[in-house]
Amino acid sequence: MRGKLVGMNGDRAVAYAVKQADVDVISAYPITPQTIIVETLAEYVNNGELDAAFIPVESEHSALSAAVGASLSGARVFTATSSQGLALMYEILWIAAGLRTTIVMAIGNRALSPNINIHCSHDDAYAARDTGWLQFFAENVQEAYDLTLMAFRISEDHRVLFPSIVNLDGFILTHALEGLYVLEDSDVKAFLPKKEPVNPVDPGKPMTYGALDLFDWYMEHRRQQYASLESARPIIKEVFEEYSNLTGRKYSPVKSFNTEGAEVAVMILGSSAGTARYVARKLAEKGKKIGVISLTQYRPFPAKELREAIKDASVVAVMDRSVSFGSPGAQLFMDVSATLIRSKVRPLLFNVIYGLGGRDLTPAHIEKVVDLAESVMRRGEAPEEPVWVGVRGDEL
Amino acid sequence: MSELKFVKTLKEIPRAEHFAPGHRLCAGCGIPQVVRMALKAVPNPKVVVNATGCLEVSTTVFPYTSWGVPWIHVAFENAAAVASGIEAAFKILSKKYGKQKPKVIVFAGDGGTFDIGFQALSGALERGHDMIYICYDNEAYMNTGIQRSGATPKGASTTTSPAGRVIPGKLERKKNLIEIAIAHGIPYAATMNPAFPVDMYNKLVKAASVSGPVVLHYFTPCPTGWYFDPSKSIEIARLAVQTRIWPLYEYENSRVRITVPVKEPKPIEDYFKLQGRFRHLLEPQNRWLLEEIKRDVEENWNRLLKLASQ
Ligand SMILES: Cc1ncc(C[n+]2csc(CCOP(=O)(O)OP(=O)(O)O)c2C)c(N)n1
Ligand code: SF4
Repeated sequence: MRGKLVGMNGDRAVAYAVKQADVDVISAYPITPQTIIVETLAEYVNNGELDAAFIPVESEHSALSAAVGASLSGARVFTATSSQGLALMYEILWIAAGLRTTIVMAIGNRALSPNINIHCSHDDAYAARDTGWLQFFAENVQEAYDLTLMAFRISEDHRVLFPSIVNLDGFILTHALEGLYVLEDSDVKAFLPKKEPVNPVDPGKPMTYGALDLFDWYMEHRRQQYASLESARPIIKEVFEEYSNLTGRKYSPVKSFNTEGAEVAVMILGSSAGTARYVARKLAEKGKKIGVISLTQYRPFPAKELREAIKDASVVAVMDRSVSFGSPGAQLFMDVSATLIRSKVRPLLFNVIYGLGGRDLTPAHIEKVVDLAESVMRRGEAPEEPVWVGVRGDEL
Repeated sequence: MSELKFVKTLKEIPRAEHFAPGHRLCAGCGIPQVVRMALKAVPNPKVVVNATGCLEVSTTVFPYTSWGVPWIHVAFENAAAVASGIEAAFKILSKKYGKQKPKVIVFAGDGGTFDIGFQALSGALERGHDMIYICYDNEAYMNTGIQRSGATPKGASTTTSPAGRVIPGKLERKKNLIEIAIAHGIPYAATMNPAFPVDMYNKLVKAASVSGPVVLHYFTPCPTGWYFDPSKSIEIARLAVQTRIWPLYEYENSRVRITVPVKEPKPIEDYFKLQGRFRHLLEPQNRWLLEEIKRDVEENWNRLLKLASQ
C-alpha cells in the first residue's frame, strides 16, 4: 500500500483529502454527522495549513449557492452536508450540475426527519440521485479518503465537468476511528494538478451563465447534459484504474465478491457491504456460495458492470437503507430492477429494508436475508413488497 | 474620496453601454436605467449576479443576452450567497495565482431581497463580502404577476393583497431595507430613483469605491403592475420623491445625509391618482387608510431628518 498509515475517523479523513487537494474555497454549514469535516477544514485554514477561503455561510442553501459561484469563478471548491442540510440544498443541486460546476461534496449519510435522527440512512444520498451529480459510496474510512481525492480529479476532468458526491455512512464511518493510508502531498499533487477551469467567469470575456431557457432550447440542453453525464463513465473508470495503480488499492464501479457461480446474491451500499461479505465468507465455510455486490459508483448507475456481476445469480436480495413511500420498492431496488428488465439474465429480485436511522445490521440479519433468498429460489416467486429486517412488527 | 469622478450633469455620464438594447423588459419599466447606470459607474473588472425576476427573464432569453459583462443567474433567493462565493473565490485566486479581482454587483428584485432572499443577504452583509447589492424595488413580485411582497407599500392593491370590500389592499407597512442593512454595520447604503439620474450615478460611483458590502435601494416604476401609462414612468418616480414617499438619502461613515431635500412636499394624492394600484384609496370609505399612510410618510421623513441632523 502506497502512503503512510495513520488513524482517523471518516470525517477527518475526508478533510485531510480536501486539504491535500489544495482546494481554493470551502463554503459550509454544520450538521451532524459531517460537522467534523468542516470544523477540521476551518482549523486547517485558520492555522495556515491550507491556503483557502472558508465561507461560514448562514445555511446549506447558501453553502451550495456560494459553492456554485466559486466553482464557476474557476476555484476548486468543497462543501459537506447531511440529511436536512441536503434537503435544504435540493434546489441548487440541480443548478450546480446543470451549470457544470465541479464542486465536490461529502455527505455524512443521515436519516431525514421526522422524527429527528442523526444516524445513518441513505435517504439523503437517494434524494440527490436524479439531479445530475456523480455519486460514490465509501465502504470504509480508507475509501472515504480515496474517493474524495478521486472525485476532484473526475469532476474537474474536461471530459466530465459534473459535481461529485462522496457518501459515507453517518457515525459508522464519519465517527469511526480506522487505520488508513494517506498519500504524500507530492503524490496527490501529481495525481490532482491545479484545476484548469473551462469557461470560468472572466471579466475580460463576458459570458451569460444560467440564462432563461424556454421550450425552444431547454430540451436540447437537457439532452446534451444527459449525453455528457453518460460519457463520463469510461473516464471514471480510467481515474479509478490510475488511482488503483498509484496506491495498490483496487477501485472499480462495482465491487463483487464470490459472485462467480453463485446463485444467490446480496446487493448493498456503503459500510454494510463488509458485514455482508463476512457472512458470505462464513457461509462459504459451510459450502454455501453467496455473492455480495456493492457499488462504489452509484451515479451514473453502472448498469453494464452490474449485469456482468449478476449474471450467474437466480435470486438477488437488493438491500436499501431507505424507504421510498408509495413506490414498488426502495431506490436501489428500482435501479436494479430497471437495469435487469433490459437483459436476458433475469434473476428474481426482492427488496430488503434495513438499518434505518442507524439501526444495526447484524450478521444474523444478513443470514435471514440469505435464507429468504434461498426459499425464493426454491419457490420461484419473490415477495411483492419490501421485507424489513431488524424492525419490530412485520420483521422478516 | 476626492479623486472619484462625480458628475454634475447628465452629459458628463459616460456614453459607453454594457447593457444592450433589444431586451424584453416592458416599455416604461424603470429597471434598465439602474442597470445601465451601474455598468457605467462601476469601473472594470466587474461581474453581475442576478436573482430570478423580471430583469433576469427579460434579458437572457437563450440564445440571446443583453449583458456585455459576465452575468450569472442561479436562483431566486440566493443572489447574495452566489455573490459571496464569487467574491471569495476571486480573492483567494488573486492571492494564490494572481488573478485580477472584479467588483461583484448584484441585482435582485424586492421579492428576492425583502422576502425569500433576506437570509442570504443578511448572511452576506454580516460576513462582509465586497459587493454592491442593488435591490430594484417595484414593490411587488412582478415576474409571477403582481403579488405582494414585504416591500409593497401600505394601501397598494396586488393580486395577493387585492383591494376588496372588507380589506382595502395591503395593510402592513414596507420593511425598512436600508436601516436593516445599516444595522449590519456596513460601510455604505443609499436610496436611488430613475428621475434623479445624476444623484444615482454619483451614489454608484461612491459605492464602487467602497470596499465591503454596499446596499443600494432603487425605486423602479412598473407600468404593468402599478397600472399606469408607460409614458408616465419618470413623472411617477419624481412624484415619489417630491411627496416624500421615497426619500433620497445616503448613509456613510455612520452619518445619514438627505441628498435630494424636499422642502415643500407635494400632496400624496398626486402620486396615488396616477396609479391603478392606489385608486381605491381615493374613495371616501378608505379615507382612514389614506390618512394613516400620510401619517406614516410624515413620521418616516421626520425620523430621517433626525438621523440626518445627528
Ligand atoms: C424558490 C422559488 N420560489 C418561487 C419562485 C417563483 N418566482 C420567480 S420570480 C418571483 C418573483 C420575483 O419578484 P421580485 O424579486 O420582486 O422581482 P420582479 O419579478 O419584480 O422583478 C417568484 C415568486 C422561484 N423562482 N423560486
Ligand atoms: S412587469 Fe414591471 S418590473 Fe417587470 S418588466 Fe414589466 S414594467 Fe418592468
